[in-house]
Amino acid sequence: MASRIQIPATKYPVERFTLANGLRVVLSPDRSAPVVGVAVVYDVGIRSEPEGRTGFAHLFEHLMFQGSENLEKLAHFRHVQGAGGSFNGSTHLDYTDYFEVLPAGALERALFLEADRMRGPRLTEENLRNQVDVVKEEIRVNVLNRPYGGFPWLKLPPVMFETFPNAHDGYGSFEDLESATVADAQGFFDRYYACGNAVLSVAGDFDVAEATAMIERHFGDVPARPAPVLPAFDEPDIDGERRESYTDRIAPLPAVAAGYRVPDPIAAFEAYLPFSVLAEVLTDGDASRLVERLVQRDRSVTNVGGYLGFMGDEYQVRNPTALLLQAHMPPGGDAGKVLRTIDEELDRLTTGGLKPGELERTQARMSARLLQGTDEVLGRALPMAVLELQRGRPGLLNELPKLISEVTAEQIVTAAATLRPERRAVVEVLPGAGA
Amino acid sequence: MTKTLPDLIPDTELTLPPQAERKLPNGLTVIAIRRAAVPLAEVRLRIPFGRAPLAAATLLSQALFTGTSSMSSIDIAAELQAVGGSLGAGLDPDRLQISGNALAGGLGRTLEILAGVLTDATYPAEEVRTERERLVDNIQVALSQPSHLARVALLKRMFADHPYAVQTPAPDEVRAIEPAALRELHADRVRPDGSILVLVGDIDPDQAIDVAEKMLGGWTGTARDGDIPPAPALTPGSLLLVDRPGSVQSSLRIALPALTRTDPDYAALTLANLVFGGYFSSRWVENIREDKGYTYGSHSVIEHFAAGSALIAAADVATGVTGPSLLETTYELGRIASLPPGEEELEQARRYALGTLRLGMSTQTGLAGLATVYAGFGLRLDHLREHSARLASATREEVAAVAARHLAPSRAVTVVLGDAEQIEAQLTALTVVERSAQ
Repeated sequence: MASRIQIPATKYPVERFTLANGLRVVLSPDRSAPVVGVAVVYDVGIRSEPEGRTGFAHLFEHLMFQGSENLEKLAHFRHVQGAGGSFNGSTHLDYTDYFEVLPAGALERALFLEADRMRGPRLTEENLRNQVDVVKEEIRVNVLNRPYGGFPWLKLPPVMFETFPNAHDGYGSFEDLESATVADAQGFFDRYYACGNAVLSVAGDFDVAEATAMIERHFGDVPARPAPVLPAFDEPDIDGERRESYTDRIAPLPAVAAGYRVPDPIAAFEAYLPFSVLAEVLTDGDASRLVERLVQRDRSVTNVGGYLGFMGDEYQVRNPTALLLQAHMPPGGDAGKVLRTIDEELDRLTTGGLKPGELERTQARMSARLLQGTDEVLGRALPMAVLELQRGRPGLLNELPKLISEVTAEQIVTAAATLRPERRAVVEVLPGAGA
Repeated sequence: MTKTLPDLIPDTELTLPPQAERKLPNGLTVIAIRRAAVPLAEVRLRIPFGRAPLAAATLLSQALFTGTSSMSSIDIAAELQAVGGSLGAGLDPDRLQISGNALAGGLGRTLEILAGVLTDATYPAEEVRTERERLVDNIQVALSQPSHLARVALLKRMFADHPYAVQTPAPDEVRAIEPAALRELHADRVRPDGSILVLVGDIDPDQAIDVAEKMLGGWTGTARDGDIPPAPALTPGSLLLVDRPGSVQSSLRIALPALTRTDPDYAALTLANLVFGGYFSSRWVENIREDKGYTYGSHSVIEHFAAGSALIAAADVATGVTGPSLLETTYELGRIASLPPGEEELEQARRYALGTLRLGMSTQTGLAGLATVYAGFGLRLDHLREHSARLASATREEVAAVAARHLAPSRAVTVVLGDAEQIEAQLTALTVVERSAQ
């Protein structure tokens, strides 16, 4: 085998400061392309929504686009796109993000738009009912009207977890969505959308002094409100394998997913990181352990994937979370047999260790993927915002390729040894449609 | 309004990245573009594949990396990984495209492995069998997806007997393909003549082309003619209703005539499409999503094939409002075809079109995609200047005129996939409906 390729690192600058009202700010200038990315993340997500209000964090995300103090309904979209930019937002387990990418000359406009809704969205009955309808169509298109909808991110948590915050359906039931009120929304905003509970991040083509002045100008007068106390969502690990199944009336073929609890992604980051590499050793490409065995040799699955975090947001999730393995099977596939083979391969890895070059090539590919992600301005603005929010460490984005390349074979083996059948939660998809 | 929206600072002039191009003696065109922001290199290889037999070509795209005389599929994957790399192949009716990337220092090795696959792919029997079964399974899953089924029905309705009409092979056709057929197809069509290699990243463009020439110079052979006859004009007619019992949404798909990228009216059509339904702040989205709540999203886009272009509009709407959704869609098409757009909404669409061009050029993957797509139509990145100038200067009158010709509802080919029992009467109230035999 050729000598190991050098793992490069990025050196994106990182400036951090906090406004008098408590808003944390991260700036990462890079003038290689005339574009900017702006992200605002709030420290509230699916795990914080109240019982009886499943799906509310996501519904509220929609309401943040429906007008604000100085902006009519539709104005936000028109102002971003009319500046040549794109926008979106997304709701995760532990945070909600709002972001724009625009030509550099539109930076101040984007800051104005984000500051305006941070001061307060226009919460009206008409907008709420409209967005409940839109969200129901979103759930139909992404979950109810397609095969494998919500598998496994909505289907595995209720098997794995006991408590409402971790176990419930984050898209929400239609009943809960329909019973949401404007008062609920106002209460949610008042409690969680405080500027002390948010991070603003800007990446791309700007001057730091100019951007800092703009941020002061637009966000400086957002009223200071304290962040709510962050609840601990931890719960005990499962004690014995849990297996459930459900029939997907549209799916033509069987599928299975297994989740295993992993160390706290933040408090125990050193112990957590090897699981990230382990997931790739097991499933990244034709030369990975489980693809080679299950897809190529046994032909017991058509594809297999492995990753950390139910939403694949491995460095942007808090405890508790999991390593997930998921596989789609050919007609008549046997989930039990697939799980037993996974156990065999994990045993082989634990007892036999890694092959020469196996770790290095996996790390090289992981680094390339991380680097590719940071080439776009939002690939820096968004993760830096969340890394600041959850860890006070936005510069971790620059360090990840190196940290991953320092994970040792011993750490991988130690991590693999924890993936025991008695520690896993399994959900199986039974095909309800004839193939 | 107590606070004033900040003005935009006008864009700087469009600057194209440093690039070089060379046609190698074997007929391969290599385009290399420098964007050094991250130490990676993107690789795209576009091989003309028009009129290739569909089932064999689809399986070839899945099995291309399963082995050479000196490397197994696992060797190929492992050796690429060692330089941070990965390569994959995909097929459309015009071309086979290989796409991937690697750490910039591994570009040479990546191209060396790619050359091995191009000149020496063996299609081993066992691996081909595995890929064949996987492909059949994946097609079965696709056939359960409403988006795929609606697309299949629309293509058939748009293209009738043209090669574009069917773009996914039937499972039984795939099952019949043996490795020998793949080797034959590979020998016949995987050729450098007429192919285009695009390299983008932290590279010196001239040196990168030298490396490509060294690694790929031994790939030789003339490709068989794969030119596709021009796509037929759309033939509007009754709405085609495809039954999907139990569907909780209806998939509405509309095809309209479009223009090629080099047509003098193309920029005006791009703007007309945006105003109608081509972005979030369009009339269609603001109507059926933000006002009525019928859908999560609707979108219209101009699709370019080598043998013709078409405008495709798509929305998935709640079953109970399928008729009303078609009504509003027809209304918005009729409005853009009959009345000129407002000045402010045209300026908004214009700024969006110009701005998103810049966003698309701001990453290695964006540049690689754009350069490859353009090259497939004989264009280069400098076409962006011409296109930008036309977007900047298109008038209301020009946009109105092109919309009248291309977005008129009378010219639409319409397919709806959904629960026929629940939606047929809703649709019949508005137009003539024909049930699909399927």
